[in-house]
Amino acid sequence: MQKIHKILIGIAFSPNLEPNLFEAIRIANMFNAELIGVHVGKKNARKEESLAKILEQADALNTPLKTIWQEGEPVDVILKTTVDEHIDLLILGALKKEKLLKYYVGSIARKITRKATCSILLLIKPSIIRQFCKHIVVNGLKDDKTEETIKTSVLFAKHLLCKKMTIVEEISQSELQVKVNDDKSLRKSTILKERLKNREDQRVKNILKDISYDDISIKTQSIFGTRGYSIGHYAKVKRADLLVMNAPNKVGILDRIFPHDIEYILSELPTDVLIVK
Amino acid sequence: MQKKSTFKTFLGEIPQNLFSGFVVSLIALPLGLGLALASGAPPISGIIAAIVGGIVVSLIGGSNVTITGPGNGLVVVILSAITILGDGDVYQGYLFTLAAIVISGILLILLGFLRMGALGDFFPASAIQGMLAAIGIGIFAKQIHVMLGNLDAKGSIIELLIQVPEGIINFIKTDNLSMFYAGLIGVFSLLIMVFYSKIRNRYFQLIPAPMWIVVLSVGLYSYFDMFSSTAYPIHKDLLIDLPSDVLGSFAFPDFGKITQFDFISAVISITLIASIESLLSIKAVDKLDHLKRRSNVNKDIRALGLATVISGFLGGLNVVTVIARSSVNVNNKGSNRSANFFHALFLVAFILLFATELRKIPLSALAAILVFTGYKLASPENIKKVFSIGSEQLIIFLATLLVTIATSLIYGILVGIIITFVIHVIINKDIFLFIKNILKPNVLMFTEDEKYYVSVKNFSSFLNYTKLKSKLDQIPETEEAIVDFSLCDFVDHSVMENMNNYTEIFERKGGHFEVIGLDDSKSGSEHPFALRKILPKQRIPKEGVLTKRQKSIQKISEEMRYSYDAFSDLKIEELPSFGYFKTRKVDKISNVLTKNDCSIFDVQFSEGEMIAKQVIKATMFHIQTKKKLPKFTLDKEGVFEYLLHFAGYKDIDINEHPDFNRRFYLSGKSEEKIRAFFTDELILFFESNKQYHIEATNTGLLILSNERLASVKEIKALAYFGASLQKIIEKC
Repeated sequence: MQKIHKILIGIAFSPNLEPNLFEAIRIANMFNAELIGVHVGKKNARKEESLAKILEQADALNTPLKTIWQEGEPVDVILKTTVDEHIDLLILGALKKEKLLKYYVGSIARKITRKATCSILLLIKPSIIRQFCKHIVVNGLKDDKTEETIKTSVLFAKHLLCKKMTIVEEISQSELQVKVNDDKSLRKSTILKERLKNREDQRVKNILKDISYDDISIKTQSIFGTRGYSIGHYAKVKRADLLVMNAPNKVGILDRIFPHDIEYILSELPTDVLIVK
Repeated sequence: MQKKSTFKTFLGEIPQNLFSGFVVSLIALPLGLGLALASGAPPISGIIAAIVGGIVVSLIGGSNVTITGPGNGLVVVILSAITILGDGDVYQGYLFTLAAIVISGILLILLGFLRMGALGDFFPASAIQGMLAAIGIGIFAKQIHVMLGNLDAKGSIIELLIQVPEGIINFIKTDNLSMFYAGLIGVFSLLIMVFYSKIRNRYFQLIPAPMWIVVLSVGLYSYFDMFSSTAYPIHKDLLIDLPSDVLGSFAFPDFGKITQFDFISAVISITLIASIESLLSIKAVDKLDHLKRRSNVNKDIRALGLATVISGFLGGLNVVTVIARSSVNVNNKGSNRSANFFHALFLVAFILLFATELRKIPLSALAAILVFTGYKLASPENIKKVFSIGSEQLIIFLATLLVTIATSLIYGILVGIIITFVIHVIINKDIFLFIKNILKPNVLMFTEDEKYYVSVKNFSSFLNYTKLKSKLDQIPETEEAIVDFSLCDFVDHSVMENMNNYTEIFERKGGHFEVIGLDDSKSGSEHPFALRKILPKQRIPKEGVLTKRQKSIQKISEEMRYSYDAFSDLKIEELPSFGYFKTRKVDKISNVLTKNDCSIFDVQFSEGEMIAKQVIKATMFHIQTKKKLPKFTLDKEGVFEYLLHFAGYKDIDINEHPDFNRRFYLSGKSEEKIRAFFTDELILFFESNKQYHIEATNTGLLILSNERLASVKEIKALAYFGASLQKIIEKC
């Protein structure tokens, strides 16, 4: 992605609309991008009025909000709009489970996430007052998309004035070919882990070499665990403000039954998540 | 070079292992005979298992000081297999059971290759305890009759137990001299077993108790044989029956019933018990090992499986790792696997040289040894121990025990698992916690500041313990590890017990293992293994059972002369005035340590509001200073997390301290006052210590390191740092 000119936000008239919109406006202003709101449903005076009311209280937009009113299937409408309008970033609000302090992505948002062709920002804590983004966690998987993802994260960090970024290399257990049985294999595995860690660090460093990130402090961290799931756990433990992930390669029906990678994150959002396409 | 020296050590240690193997064989001989008899198999089958086990496992096994042979746990299973499969014909039943033993050996090999040898990790700890107790009762119920000279007692375990008083009366009143004398030897043997450990005589202790029984009963026979005019009063039926030609009479398994349900269920029971007994023993023996080595469990299980197959084909019982003989081995300075090998060789020698003498041992004497083992497995102390962990554990324990006695082992362990799960659901009042999360990889491990940090999410119980275990096993025991359960809603007894084991192992090997994040949890009892359920936020337990962390904090508070209050309702008025808490709301403070205006505490605070609310717990140090300080924050250079509170202020450089300026980020409003405050001594102090995040208001200092709860070790370091800092500040 690396450029954000057009941002799309879905407008559903729910109690969360206000913080969602406030957040979207702030982000749009930070990137100096055009904000487009799409509402799936009929246009009527009451809705227009409440929208106008919220906009009145929010920060002024650099470029005025463009609102699209269209009826139809929400998933299709939103997906179609992202294509038609050449959207760079789609902002979706997440839901929070009652009582439990856990967030998840609703079924509509989930479908959109799977199919969208643009990057997606899932917000779990939109807020009316600005919350500073202090720590971004980025995946550093060995994947072609990772370079793009890291570049985008740096872009976000710059615009959100975030000074700390951690690139997490998830090393799956299967890559660690030594199984720990006794002291000897434990020593071997510890050495191998160190080696894998250095290799991964080196790989990420190579990517970072060509990126200018000024005064952002970027650290790398290797974690050993199940792909996709562990990084969410890490972001939660470290209380990151934004988790940046590669877009999933292809999601089949089997992946939903046996969730992996991004699906884990979607079922239990640790923080705000940016999925880079 | 490493190789050569190991070989040299090996050679050098041969004498002590030879001796140790000899002592162990003295126990293994009577036990092998006794266990085989109790299983309803020919006595020699127990010796075959010990010999094959000793040789095979010492050659290809993965543990170091364990002794292998026939095990207690299998007695009940094999006895019932022989009875059921034999259908009245004991010898035929024995041949069918041999086939079951061979198959279970193959299963064990497979489990070993699949790295699932540790079957015990999949079962709740209390259910396993219940099962072992049931086995103990089973052995006890059957053998007490044999001990009293009565071979004819038959029936289920419960029936046998009911017959015990009747059996005692019969024994006293009997006019059958053979039975009476056999019973007398049995009772006397039991007394030896019971009082052996209490007689602290060096020479007496040279020979293990079971061997005393053998020596005395053989001696008695010889007395009657050589000196007494009357014949030996005990009938031949009540003496051990060994084949006249030991080498030429191996039984061969009969695979005729391989497809039948009874056979399959026998195979499953045997495999289950063999695996669980071996695993428990291997783990226990590892804790005894002087050289602190870690056994390769799966390799050992494979070796045990192979030994079982061979033993089965030769007419022997299962081979498992046995705890009692292994501990004797360790106590006699057995240092490597050769002790196990020598123990097998000595057994071969005994059986070939002393077969005639062994035939003089009355069955009742061997039964006495087993009565004692049975009693130990099911002793009331064990039940008390389980109860002290929590009443819910007692329910699990008793249910497993009763069902195992009344039906079979497989049903017993199944009931144990189901009841444990139901109790967990009831305690949590939430079944979805388990259903939704059981398959999720809930453990995260990474290294941070040279420490292993493990975070566990959702819940941690016997259902998903292997996930946690596989991570923890990757940490070298010489390192420092922190396990954080603060994202966990529920931690069960099996996991708590295992965490305790890890703590011990790490301690032994010079590392450090600590569990954090349970201080807000509720537990049913004082016991460190008690299960813990995390309480909903904000509810402050006024009093409760201290967690291990809290106990350790209490301990160090005494060492450092701090006063400690785990459930304090202390309010630090100043806290919200720190920049750090400008955007964070303090919910509660707990685990407070105080001394001279200093306090260390765990603080729970929240960020954001409504749905964005996040609850965080962290450990901090606060100093109430006597003199007025300039407001400032001090941080490691390059850490930007906290800076926003002082946005707009620049890094203040102190003249003539380039190193300090490079490493620290100091900011604050009045540069002049801050410069004056940072004296050379203070700067030197900061430079030579760990870098914390430090904030000052006019009257206080706040010190914190990570935004999480600190381990006890970290608290100690923090306390030391804080106290030294206080001294320096008050001085200058």
